[in-house]
Amino acid sequence: MSQIFHRSTNTMSRATIFGAVFVVAALGWMAMEIQRSPYVTYAGVRKPQPVPFSHQHHVSGLGIDCRYCHTSVETSSFAGIPPTKTCMNCHSQIWTNAQLLEPVRASYRSGESLQWTRVNQLPDFVFFNHSIHINKGVGCNTCHGPVDQMPLMYQQESLQMEWCLDCHRAPAKNLRPRDQVFNMRYQQPTSTNPVIVDGQTFMDQMSLGSALVKKYGVRSVGDITSCNTCHR
Amino acid sequence: MPWLRQISVASSSVGCPILARSLGKSGIPRRSHAWGFLATGILLATIALSSACRIDMHVQPRQNPLSRSDFFADQRSERPPVEGTVARGQLHDDTYFYSGKNGSTPGDYMPFPVTKEVLERGRERYNIYCAPCHSRVGDGNGFIPSRGFSRKPPSFHDQRLQKAALGYFYDVMTNGFGIMPDYASQISAQDRWKIVAYIRALQLSQNATRADVPAGQTVPSLAPQFRGQPGSGATLPVVDSASASHSEENR
Ligand code: HEC
Ligand code: HEC
Ligand code: HEC
Ligand code: HEC
Ligand code: HEC
Ligand code: HEC
Repeated sequence: MSQIFHRSTNTMSRATIFGAVFVVAALGWMAMEIQRSPYVTYAGVRKPQPVPFSHQHHVSGLGIDCRYCHTSVETSSFAGIPPTKTCMNCHSQIWTNAQLLEPVRASYRSGESLQWTRVNQLPDFVFFNHSIHINKGVGCNTCHGPVDQMPLMYQQESLQMEWCLDCHRAPAKNLRPRDQVFNMRYQQPTSTNPVIVDGQTFMDQMSLGSALVKKYGVRSVGDITSCNTCHR
Repeated sequence: MPWLRQISVASSSVGCPILARSLGKSGIPRRSHAWGFLATGILLATIALSSACRIDMHVQPRQNPLSRSDFFADQRSERPPVEGTVARGQLHDDTYFYSGKNGSTPGDYMPFPVTKEVLERGRERYNIYCAPCHSRVGDGNGFIPSRGFSRKPPSFHDQRLQKAALGYFYDVMTNGFGIMPDYASQISAQDRWKIVAYIRALQLSQNATRADVPAGQTVPSLAPQFRGQPGSGATLPVVDSASASHSEENR
């Protein structure tokens, strides 16, 4: 009886058994990459909004502070989305005929809320609190990116657990003086651009960060990385 | 088409988070009922197929701040207080504190003592809420009105407003004035009084003389030195600490 398989099949089957390890590893790697990709996290996705509200225009163009609209960001877990009345503070006078702003005026007339589309959203089993981050010196743009250059709002970071933990394990590398939290152009200290706190000059982020950790009484890494800080 | 995306996302069954996000946590606007049924059917099938994948913790049956509720006619999950009820701490029985008036005349005194902290908080809040229109020095030349307001805000340094009672400023903030909107919902009563104190400080500073400076304090002869990048527009530029402490004492 002649052989069904050619001799080379021996080598091929050995190679396949060996190669399968890599295939499995590659699949695992792919799954991980997909899991972190914007396709899953929605990072960078601009969502349709009822009014094309531009942070770029209102923040860097007109110089309005975040707190003018997001009034509760310093005191509560929720940053707050401005009610229609806040827009009408100015738009009852400015661009009163613009078609773009008709949904705002309609909402003001009828008393019905504008329905903004959520951009940043954590699953319901995660507890997040703005006020503590603001009061311990984490800047808005550390988490939300260059808001002052966003014609339409998008999510900057993955908002995944590894991202939160990355900072909670070493908060010092991201802290800044409290009065700079709302400054979208704040730059970390360097030797040419030092940051002065309480009359002390800091030339690099690590020394500034550890001074602020002491000054603001940031809790220990063990405390803020324990599961029940965020899952409660 | 959002539902197409939803189905494709769900059926790719890469993992639970995708499923959860596409199931309404993504903020994709809700579709009409017909599509809703179809999408729900396909999603349920997908859930059944992707075994042990549970999303009930991602989307819990509770209301998050400002989320939508189909239970109430106006779809707001945040309810206004029932008419005729008063929440704890909201009785507002201190009428001067909440209206700035005694009867119908504005009073000319602060309801609490003015300290340096009060003025600093007042300055911060003034710069957030008033400066866009009234400018940081209060001369009424803010940027916003120049973009199309039918009237410019008056300067706080003209005769009439120099003499105005403290309670008057509080009242303007609480109830608005002419084309100026009210700020009662954006600024707490406490903070409104602190802004009043800061406006008075601004007014005094415009007509101060050397004799008004207490002995032993210095007045900087130069404008404060700014350092590095200017602020973002939303925030003040960083002032060199040496000159900052001088201008602080002066306030
Ligand atoms: C003039 C009012 C206004 C100002 C000033 C403003 N915002 Fe907003 N912001 C809005 C509105 C309205 C929305 C909802 C629409 C949207 O998402 O674009 C929003 C949405 C956001 C969101 C996304 C919310 C979500 O759905 O997840 C972030 C983050 C944000 N703002 C950050 C900032 C920061 C940081 C600043 C200060 C630099 C700022 N905003 C200043 C009005 C304002
Ligand atoms: C403090 C005043 C102020 C507030 C509050 C404000 N706006 Fe504006 N807005 C302006 C000015 C000024 C312009 C631009 C006019 C110009 O440059 O000619 C503008 C422009 C716009 C435009 C059109 C053009 C563009 O390039 O973006 C939209 C849309 C808009 N605003 C939406 C909103 C919405 C929605 C809100 C409420 C969340 C809001 N604004 C709150 C002052 C304000
Ligand atoms: C530590 C990171 C972090 C910082 C700092 C931060 N945010 Fe957020 N922000 C988030 C996350 C995470 C969410 C989504 C919250 C959720 O889904 O519950 C969010 C949501 C929001 C929203 C939507 C409404 C809400 O509260 O859910 C707004 C508006 C907002 N942020 C504005 C701001 C502003 C303004 C600042 C600066 C003063 C700021 N954020 C600082 C992480 C941050
Ligand atoms: C850039 C740094 C940074 C990032 C990113 C960050 N945090 Fe934090 N977080 C902090 C700091 C600093 C504290 C303050 C710790 C303390 O209480 O002293 C804190 C505290 C907290 C607390 C404690 C609040 C309390 O009341 O006990 C929670 C909850 C929390 N963070 C959740 C999150 C979640 C969820 C994320 C991701 C979506 C996140 N944080 C991302 C820096 C960060
Ligand atoms: C700093 C805040 C923080 C801490 C501390 C934290 N988590 Fe999380 N966790 C998150 C966030 C945010 C998510 C949501 C991730 C997402 O949406 O992709 C999450 C998601 C999860 C999930 C669900 C994953 C999924 O996709 O369904 C599990 C399980 C989990 N965490 C377990 C833990 C455990 C166990 C600990 C303690 C060792 C812990 N977490 C500590 C923030 C935190
Ligand atoms: C959106 C722009 C805008 C903002 C923000 C604003 N104002 Fe005004 N304000 C005006 C305009 C316009 C007038 C003139 C009203 C008129 O003549 O009809 C005015 C008038 C006033 C007056 C004078 C009343 C009189 O007797 O002439 C006072 C006092 C005042 N504002 C205080 C404040 C304070 C305090 C704040 C901050 C909480 C503030 N304003 C924020 C636009 C603004």
